[in-house]
Amino acid sequence: MKPAPFDYVRPRSLPEATALLSDESANAKIFAGGQSLGPMLNLRLARPAKLVDIRNIQALRAVRVDEKSYSIGATLTHAEIEDGAFEDFSQGLLPFVARGIAYRAVRNRGTVGGSLSHADPAADWVSTMAAIGATMVVHGPAGERRVPAEQFLVGAFTSKLGATELLTAIELPRLSATARWGYYKVCRKTGEFAKAIGVTIQDPRAGIFRVLAGSTEGRPVLLARSGETLATQGADRAAGVARQEIEEVLPHLEPGHRQQLAVAVQRSLQKISLLETV
Amino acid sequence: MASEGIGARVLRKEDARHLRGRGQFVGDIRIPGMLEVAFVRSPVAHALIRERKKPAGFENSVIFNDDMPGVLPITTRSSIPGYKVSDYPALAAERVRFVGETIAMCVAPNRAAAEDLCELVDIQYEELDPIVNCATGRASGVKPLHDGWTDNLFLRTSFDQGMDEVIAKAPVVVELELSTARQTMHPMEGKGLVAWWDHRAGQLVVHTSTQVPHMIRIGLAECLGIPQAIIRVAAPDVGGGFGYKCMLMPEEVAVAWLAYTRQGAFRWIEDRREHLTAGANARQHEYKIKAYADERGRFLGLDADVAVDCGAYSVWPFSACLEAAQASGNLPGPYDLKAYRCSTFSVATNKPPFAPYRGVARPGVCFAIELTIDAIAKAVGREAWEVRLENLVAASAMPYTNVTKKFYDSGNYPASLLEVKRMIDFDRIRSEPRRDAKGRYLGVGFATYTEQSAHGTKVFAQWGLPLVPGFDQAHVKLTPDGALEIKAGIHTIGQGLETTLAQIAHEQTRVPLKDIRVVLGDTANTPFSTGAYASRGIVMTGGAVSVASEIVAGRIKSIAAHLLQVRPEDISFRDGAIFAGEASVSYEDVGRAWYMRPDQLPDDVDRGGLEATGAYKPQIDSGVFSYASHAAYVAVDAETGLVEILDYAICEDCGTMVNPMIVDGQTIGGAAQGVGTALFEESPYDDNGQPLASTLIDYLLPGPTELPRFRISHMETPSPYSAHGLKGVGEGGAIAPAGALVNAINDALAPLNAAVHTIPASPERILAAIAAAKPTLNDAA
Ligand SMILES: Cc1cc2nc3c(=O)[nH]c(=O)nc-3n(C[C@H](O)[C@H](O)[C@H](O)COP(=O)(O)OP(=O)(O)OC[C@H]3O[C@@H](n4cnc5c(N)ncnc54)[C@H](O)[C@@H]3O)c2cc1C
Repeated sequence: MKPAPFDYVRPRSLPEATALLSDESANAKIFAGGQSLGPMLNLRLARPAKLVDIRNIQALRAVRVDEKSYSIGATLTHAEIEDGAFEDFSQGLLPFVARGIAYRAVRNRGTVGGSLSHADPAADWVSTMAAIGATMVVHGPAGERRVPAEQFLVGAFTSKLGATELLTAIELPRLSATARWGYYKVCRKTGEFAKAIGVTIQDPRAGIFRVLAGSTEGRPVLLARSGETLATQGADRAAGVARQEIEEVLPHLEPGHRQQLAVAVQRSLQKISLLETV
Repeated sequence: MASEGIGARVLRKEDARHLRGRGQFVGDIRIPGMLEVAFVRSPVAHALIRERKKPAGFENSVIFNDDMPGVLPITTRSSIPGYKVSDYPALAAERVRFVGETIAMCVAPNRAAAEDLCELVDIQYEELDPIVNCATGRASGVKPLHDGWTDNLFLRTSFDQGMDEVIAKAPVVVELELSTARQTMHPMEGKGLVAWWDHRAGQLVVHTSTQVPHMIRIGLAECLGIPQAIIRVAAPDVGGGFGYKCMLMPEEVAVAWLAYTRQGAFRWIEDRREHLTAGANARQHEYKIKAYADERGRFLGLDADVAVDCGAYSVWPFSACLEAAQASGNLPGPYDLKAYRCSTFSVATNKPPFAPYRGVARPGVCFAIELTIDAIAKAVGREAWEVRLENLVAASAMPYTNVTKKFYDSGNYPASLLEVKRMIDFDRIRSEPRRDAKGRYLGVGFATYTEQSAHGTKVFAQWGLPLVPGFDQAHVKLTPDGALEIKAGIHTIGQGLETTLAQIAHEQTRVPLKDIRVVLGDTANTPFSTGAYASRGIVMTGGAVSVASEIVAGRIKSIAAHLLQVRPEDISFRDGAIFAGEASVSYEDVGRAWYMRPDQLPDDVDRGGLEATGAYKPQIDSGVFSYASHAAYVAVDAETGLVEILDYAICEDCGTMVNPMIVDGQTIGGAAQGVGTALFEESPYDDNGQPLASTLIDYLLPGPTELPRFRISHMETPSPYSAHGLKGVGEGGAIAPAGALVNAINDALAPLNAAVHTIPASPERILAAIAAAKPTLNDAA
């Protein structure tokens, strides 16, 4: 389990990185935390001719804050988010999610952008960003474009990122102080990828009522009807709707898997109602 | 001075280097000029090899079977009638029989370059239908995996005693179909070896990560066709073995051949992917059980059909049949059972060759018999522990010869069961609601087992194995400065023998523990031992160390008596010195007298000097039986299928404990692996014989957060038949968890009328069991 030979470069700026990536025939690949790419290289499932290590590009570590939204750089690590290396505008959701990813050693190196770009349906950030309604900022030879997080995955391990493009940042809405969220994973063991993820975010002040089922073997699924029910009739009612909606929108999954998704979503909703009653 | 002998809770001598990362494992060994080996392995489960081509310019760095003329395949003969022999080649030439089988050896300056070379080797396959499970493999008319075989079984056995009578009149009959998953053993350190040619000694030196260095020397000499005298096998630190490292592996033969023929240094270090695929070789059984009982749940008879998914070849020396033999012999467990019928099928399949993993067959049979007991209890409407108690061999019946002629030497099995029932607080659990605040279902389960340990000559001969253990030997020597050196051919693989053997020597000689050194596992300087397996080390080698130390202690006394001018009977050991009344000499004085100032000694001094080789085996070859009861308390989330272990209690008895902390360590480590067997670990194969768990993402090992705090209590019933009353304890912990945990899960699921019969009890299996019991999922919510 040793990688095939490759070249390694460490650009210091975004234009430099884009230039390295723009020549498709060079077969270059971005290397961020290496926590997914490393094993793929060792298993020789990924065989790039060149690795472009983006960890030294300061611009990719920036945090920018507006009144309603903020953006976080793609190479911030799970551990930095967990530790509160920058001010939290998610009412605790991002640090909570970060803390539940893998083990600390993986979190020390793994990056939020790497996780999203890797596009594993079971990854925590893939579900979280889609649930929160984040926007991916993508930079390529043709300039910058934005993709809604909920549409970012095309399927398992494929995203809307082109081979010459780079995810630079993620823009998120600021959650208000009255926001409530529930995040529930079904995992067989600590640090393992989730079998099912349920996310609920409710922020009446910002008009956010979103319910999501993740780790679905493909793009995470926003449960529109459950979200509406949450907005109009509350979390307990939404929990009943969610099970039905999952049966409808994910008919191709194994019944056991649908069951686990339903439970994850229901428990994320339950968390909201528990918070409401406090 | 606090005691350091048998029974003392002393820290392990080996820990200082291991805790500081200063152990020396195979991967730490560097020999100048050493080259790395990587293997081209079969990507298909079953195929004829049509063509093999080396890349141009690398003819010497790529080795095929034909490049190794005279090297024999690994062949395990057996004296059991009906046993079929398989030839397991170091490198396959004409046919491959499992994914991961070695076909070519590629040599390069480093592993990455060796793997690059592997990719350039061109092998053409003509695929054949694979046999991927027992059902296909034992069906009549299936084409056998090996030429010249009449059916596809390595062996078929049957045992039948007294069943006909029972079947006719038993009021209660319980039927069960059970299965256990294929597993990989996952020692923390994988397999690996460095082999090099020692020009000075004129010897092939093999540093291999093994439990059985002396056996590996025999096996290598046979396969390479060279004299044993020119092979030295020296095992370095070994980071866990569990049975994976008690067999001769094709990679060992191939790399040793390279070093021998090229007179250079070569190494191969197994990586985790190789282990997960080519090493998926343990535990997979299938059971069809029919149990007969009376209205109280007393066992009247047991009828079992047991199939073992043996993989493609027989391993050496333990053969493809040890597992089934152990299964058939141990299925009756600790129970008083008079009538028993058992047919076993050792089925050849296109999977890696089956090897004996910690507990050898018993985790499977314990799971089977313990689920059977619970099913009987359910059928007669009693608590499972009561039915268990009803059937356990009573202390008053000891020693007890069971229906398969196993001789249970000593112990109180019912007491261990009652103790774990108390520890787990069974009565409180039963008085409380069956669901917790989160709505999870709660359940408690038990399992009791016996662990035949240190079984010897006659037992292994009866299993027909090519290499039968006899006496184990150890060499003990007092050095000129009064320290003690112990040499034994067994090896320590993490079980603490450097400490426990020293404790036994201390018991006899009273030389302070810090002055006792233990050297193990090197054929160049240790007496012969078949090695570390079958929970035999402390009994066999411990016994040999005891014998040798006793001899040396006597000689120390004689010389000391002369120096103090008293009779040897007047000498006693105390406080690290040698006394006659108030007068004393030191161990160093004695050593110096023999080695450096023999002029001080009388002419008739014992010329054996201050060293001796002792040999030992217990008075009986049938083994000494450790045993334990386990109790598990679990919460099952019926919506997700996830299980949490709330509490876990163990009451074990391994006879006299040399070091209770090491007994605890062995028990906890084994039980952790048992939790893996029960809930997590599984190497599934698809219909093409492709292993589906090729990384640790797919193969789940329990981690610290998945394991309970095992609570252990000890009983200590010395065996009347072994030195110091010792019994083995290496394997036991791993045996019972699957039985106890799945019984607990099924107890929890009882209100839903669901039960799991396959391990691991994964969330999917638990949800499927619930769904099968209730047609719609929605009800569970
Ligand atoms: C043992 C283990 C357990 C894990 N458990 C979890 C878990 O529970 N939950 C979870 O969510 N994740 C888990 N992970 C994955 C982990 O979060 C990884 O860190 C993450 O998926 C990849 O991030 P990275 O920065 O390491 O990316 P890398 O491995 O460096 O890259 C991954 C892929 O993304 C591309 N890429 C990286 N950055 C960019 C970018 N900015 N723009 C475009 N493409 C880019 C790379 O080219 C590569 O294809 C686990 C990983 C391990 C090893």
